[in-house]
Amino acid sequence: MAEIKNILLCGVGGQGTILASRILSTALVSAGYDVKMSEIHGMSQRGGSVVTQVRYGEKVFSPIIGKGSADILVSFEAMEALRYLGDLSPKGHVVVNSHMMPTATTLSGAEEYPKDVIERVKAAADTKVLDAAKIATELGNARAMNIVLLGALVKLMELENLDWEAAIKECVKPAFVELNIKALAAGMATVA
Amino acid sequence: MKQLMTGNEAVARGAWESGVHFASAYPGTPSTEILENIANYGEICSEWAPNEKVALEAAIGASFAGGRAIAAMKHVGLNVAADPLFTLGYTGVNGGLVVVSADDPGLHSSQDEQDNRHYARAAKIGMLEPADSQEAKDMIKIALELSEEYDTPILFRMTTRICHSKSIVELGERSERTVIPYVKKDKFNPIPAISRGLHTKVEERIKKLQAFSNTTELNYIEWGKERKIGVVSAGVAYQYAREVYGDSASYLKLGFTYPLPIEKIRDFAAQVDELIVIEELDPFMEDAIRAAGIACTGKSKIPIEGELNPDIVRMALLGEERETIQYDSSVVAKRPPVLCAGCPHRGFFHELNKFKDVIITSDIGCYGLAPKDIAICMGGGFSVAHGAQKVFNIAETGKRCVGVMGDSTFFHSGMTSMLEAVYNNSNVLLVVLDNRITGMTGHQQNPGSGLTLSEEAANITDIAEVAKALGVKHIRTINPLKLSEVKEAIEWGLGFDSPAVIITRWPCVLKRLTEDDMKEFGHYKAINKVDADKCIGCKLCIKTGCPALEYHSDTKKVTIDRNQCVGCDVCVQVCPKNAIAREGN
Repeated sequence: MAEIKNILLCGVGGQGTILASRILSTALVSAGYDVKMSEIHGMSQRGGSVVTQVRYGEKVFSPIIGKGSADILVSFEAMEALRYLGDLSPKGHVVVNSHMMPTATTLSGAEEYPKDVIERVKAAADTKVLDAAKIATELGNARAMNIVLLGALVKLMELENLDWEAAIKECVKPAFVELNIKALAAGMATVA
Repeated sequence: MKQLMTGNEAVARGAWESGVHFASAYPGTPSTEILENIANYGEICSEWAPNEKVALEAAIGASFAGGRAIAAMKHVGLNVAADPLFTLGYTGVNGGLVVVSADDPGLHSSQDEQDNRHYARAAKIGMLEPADSQEAKDMIKIALELSEEYDTPILFRMTTRICHSKSIVELGERSERTVIPYVKKDKFNPIPAISRGLHTKVEERIKKLQAFSNTTELNYIEWGKERKIGVVSAGVAYQYAREVYGDSASYLKLGFTYPLPIEKIRDFAAQVDELIVIEELDPFMEDAIRAAGIACTGKSKIPIEGELNPDIVRMALLGEERETIQYDSSVVAKRPPVLCAGCPHRGFFHELNKFKDVIITSDIGCYGLAPKDIAICMGGGFSVAHGAQKVFNIAETGKRCVGVMGDSTFFHSGMTSMLEAVYNNSNVLLVVLDNRITGMTGHQQNPGSGLTLSEEAANITDIAEVAKALGVKHIRTINPLKLSEVKEAIEWGLGFDSPAVIITRWPCVLKRLTEDDMKEFGHYKAINKVDADKCIGCKLCIKTGCPALEYHSDTKKVTIDRNQCVGCDVCVQVCPKNAIAREGN
């Protein structure tokens, strides 16, 4: 427990990055870890890039990490993984959603969305690619893709024994608890 | 019970546990959630004020009447509230009074990164700085007690990382405070004859606070394995210092940072080989430490600009850099915030931008994401337009100034700006972009929205009636989604020798509509689609900047994202080929 683990979650405003981080933090606190979670509010609701950081261990000081420090980078959108790759430790892992979301500049044609973005991430780091949108849609709601990705993270960080059901119940509305529990399990099942 | 809380949530909890009676704020990132969370505690009378000055004045009234009170604001908000703050420094309090300033190093969502610690020194009042959420909660209680004991307001200085980071907080219970009986006192009426005496008390008080600072447990030493390096730090910078040096350094961690515990710092410095002051933004502590004749290292190595993090501190002091993954990041497309699909501001700015020789003076709000020439501060859009128009007229440039601001900003400080243009008469066009809510900070109620912070029905202030009462002769209220109506109104508004006012009235697309909104605006949401056969790829619709529209360079056609489109019809009106229509038609 002594070693501090650093998790970085990134995505686009509205993807549920912050909710996934909250579920993660809640479960970690219940398991007795010291936890700090940092998020930047502000203009993310307007389609901007969103990043949250979760740090846990015996005693955590800084709420934020610097470059090359994340043990795992979970990207809810394909290109965002490339944007934050510099924060990942060279020994770290990436979980990336293959889902691509255009930006204001790519929509207008001012910039190109790099179509080979997943290949670029894979070439740079140990990467697990998930079609989280497809998995979540099969479960009945594409919006649950954030929890599918959380599931993969849980397995990779060997946190599967934490009380996820309780954490989900604490963080989401009752109507969505069942869906989110299924989505978490489906995400965990993607990692061998 | 333990709970993960942001600093803002912890301040709210601390206020509740300390028996606070009254809390007021004007929303502003990163401080907004303080009042939103205080409002969850029914025992506290909690309110959105029209601006920060009013919020502090209301809190002063509550304190003088004998209640415990809190006013919260972002850093630039304290500039607005500075007038009452300085005199409050003289009068002192009755019930405890804490002023929370949430600074934004790194300008995550602000127009400057001013360091508000200077306000504590300038106003000669005590200051506390929490370094995590537990401290935020505990220190609010201490701040209220100190306020009452030393008869001073306390500046409670936070930063974005303290406000918005979550850490574990041990919860306590509320201890009810009886309202201290109000007794008429001279100090509440600071006329010059009284204030001279109050100033003497202020100077005596600062000495007492200095003595407190040197003895309080809020400023404590943590001895490390070695005493080569001694770090003086406070707030989130302390956490970064701990991250970088671990047990290899010793720390003097400060929680009470004005007046600084100079004697404690002197003792600490004498016991370590090198004293390093680690602080974000200005050398606030360093300057005072040097002035006391204590040698230290600080801003000669640590950046004065921007937000710190463990990496920056490590590089600055140890010259060490972490290994990172090398890759080509140049292909990553920018993802800037944009006006939402269906934003009522889009139609207005689309038309305004067609006018030549127009200077747009804007200020702080979502509409700041639209094209503009000038922006200074809340409410500045109208008065800056007025001054600029006078000089453009002197120079006979033919340029016309159009001032724009939102409804909440108008109530904040735009009313006096409008009055300036009326009183000193200029031919400006002033536009209130009334989206029926405070948009940028995440939908807080305001004096025009019909609800209070606690979502109770409120008296509604009518913007057009205010403009009329201020003396504006030419006033029009329009639907900003009807482009012909917008164009005609701008032409009309630029046709006078005195100020004209346009109010664009349509709710923010993200607003949870009230019953009144439903009655007025109806259920207008629908979805549009592009007829690919008619689309000629001219990109005129793309120029509106709507994020629901996508241009495909391969097919040279535009498509609409069904998940984002709300059927505002701005693109429908812009399309020269009538290629865009409602789905199903």
